Amino acid sequence: MSNRFEVRLSAVGGQGVILAGDLLAHAAYEEGKFSVQSPTYTAQVRGGPTKIDVIIDTEKILYPRTTAIDFFLSLAQRSFDAFAVGLKPDCTILVDPNLVHDCKGRANVFRIPIIELTRTKLGRMVYTSVVALGAMVELTGVVKHETIRKVVEEHAPPGTETQNLKALDVGFAAAAAVKAEVSR
Amino acid sequence: MAKAVFWTGNEVCAEAAIAAGCRFFAGYPITPSSEIAAVMAQRLPEESGTFIQMEDEIAAMGAIIGASLAGVKSMTATSGPGFSLKQENIGFACMVEAPCVVVNVQRGGPSTGLPTHPGQSDLMQTRWGTHGDHTTIALAPAYLRELYLEMIRAFNLSEKFRVPVIVLIDEILGHMSECFEAPTPNEYTVINRVKPTCPPEKYNPYEVQDGELVPTMASYFEGYRFHATGLNHDKTGFPTTHPIVCHQDEVRQLAKVSHNRAEIDSWEEVMVEDAEILVVSFGSTARGAHSAVLEMRKQGVRAGLFRPITVWPFPDEEVRRLARKTKAIVVAEMNLGQMILEVERAAHSDIKIVGCQKVGGVPVEPYEIVAKIREVA
Repeated sequence: MSNRFEVRLSAVGGQGVILAGDLLAHAAYEEGKFSVQSPTYTAQVRGGPTKIDVIIDTEKILYPRTTAIDFFLSLAQRSFDAFAVGLKPDCTILVDPNLVHDCKGRANVFRIPIIELTRTKLGRMVYTSVVALGAMVELTGVVKHETIRKVVEEHAPPGTETQNLKALDVGFAAAAAVKAEVSR
Repeated sequence: MAKAVFWTGNEVCAEAAIAAGCRFFAGYPITPSSEIAAVMAQRLPEESGTFIQMEDEIAAMGAIIGASLAGVKSMTATSGPGFSLKQENIGFACMVEAPCVVVNVQRGGPSTGLPTHPGQSDLMQTRWGTHGDHTTIALAPAYLRELYLEMIRAFNLSEKFRVPVIVLIDEILGHMSECFEAPTPNEYTVINRVKPTCPPEKYNPYEVQDGELVPTMASYFEGYRFHATGLNHDKTGFPTTHPIVCHQDEVRQLAKVSHNRAEIDSWEEVMVEDAEILVVSFGSTARGAHSAVLEMRKQGVRAGLFRPITVWPFPDEEVRRLARKTKAIVVAEMNLGQMILEVERAAHSDIKIVGCQKVGGVPVEPYEIVAKIREVA
């Protein structure tokens, strides 16, 4: 039985979402699942709208592009405008409200100030994508907390393991808080 | 123990080439194939190989032919516009019977087209791009693990039959990554060209023994001297205009492929035996076609998929066999009707054969194939 889950992580080039997609795919593999990742391919490495699509399934993935997206992250209005297409009606959407102001009337939007949290809790913007990844995993449950922790720890540049795991925890906690708020 | 890899398709091309024994790459960067050159530039020196960035695509093709004649397994990678430029020297590789591999990561459109978007419009050019009667072997895998093994097979076929082999993928496969367990060396064989055993003074570079089609191949700089020319030549390698010699040599060159179909042909079949509607599709498009077929089965329509992996020579006999059992055929491809021409020729039948075709840099989606199947069901 196919259990296809489609994720789109979008931002502007340089925010690290391609790396976040990569880590998610590794976590899916750790859990014995299949995954396919496709980054957008443009001339814009820094500053242009960028995205990565990650498809996760318990079965071999046939069609390698997205068909109906289950989770959408946007860290910039420009990337929201460009890539908020092909989403399921009940797609879970995560945005940074300081950067994405207009969600085009979409439902199921979770707002977490990811950039501000990264700055205040971690001090370096390089952890932005790992904070976002933590929030994404908490909101969707697509992989387990312990799996993504293991993968992030393994892939972190030597000496940054603790900070990267802290970034994940910041993401987990922020998402748990907004979830609680929504359910209240 | 198998190692899990997260390579992109372009990285797979490079790593598999090295596993197959490729130690020379000459290229000219072009989107969406450039990462193959980038990886080779890094990896070949680690394997005592050589990477050269040439001044253009035709020179790159010339360089890999030269390396091949000097005894080194060689390849280049490009995309549509570069593939056009290489055609003259692809013909030269056919004529001098130099084993080599050309990867074409197809992009959209004619001319410069859509550099960062996929297409499958080079199918016919792959077969007929260079002039004159010549052989073509072209492989079009659809999955990245399969791409790894087909790259190795490309080198093996080129070494065994002394022909250039084209690996035809597209931007989707080139840039996506799909984690898989890298094949271990006990899962494949690596074939090397057969070298002459006669003394150098007795060596004729294009002489074949009775019943054989592929001449033994000496390497330059090992004491065997021979002439390699694009002009028609006799067994000594020197030009001739003798009509019978020229005719027989060209016939032999084509027979290298046509008489070895059992070894060269390769395809995947999905639920074809009871299929009323047959979908024919190749490369990345066939993955969407496969899911369309599964969707139709769920809805009670007996659909099946025939996916040529070796696209040239085209698997005509198998298509003919399947066409006799089906009501209609849908050919899904990211071009405006190329493989469908081969399917029509091979089917040789009055059944309905329709295309599900799309260009513009976006893939043919499963729902579009489903709609086309419904139309003919």
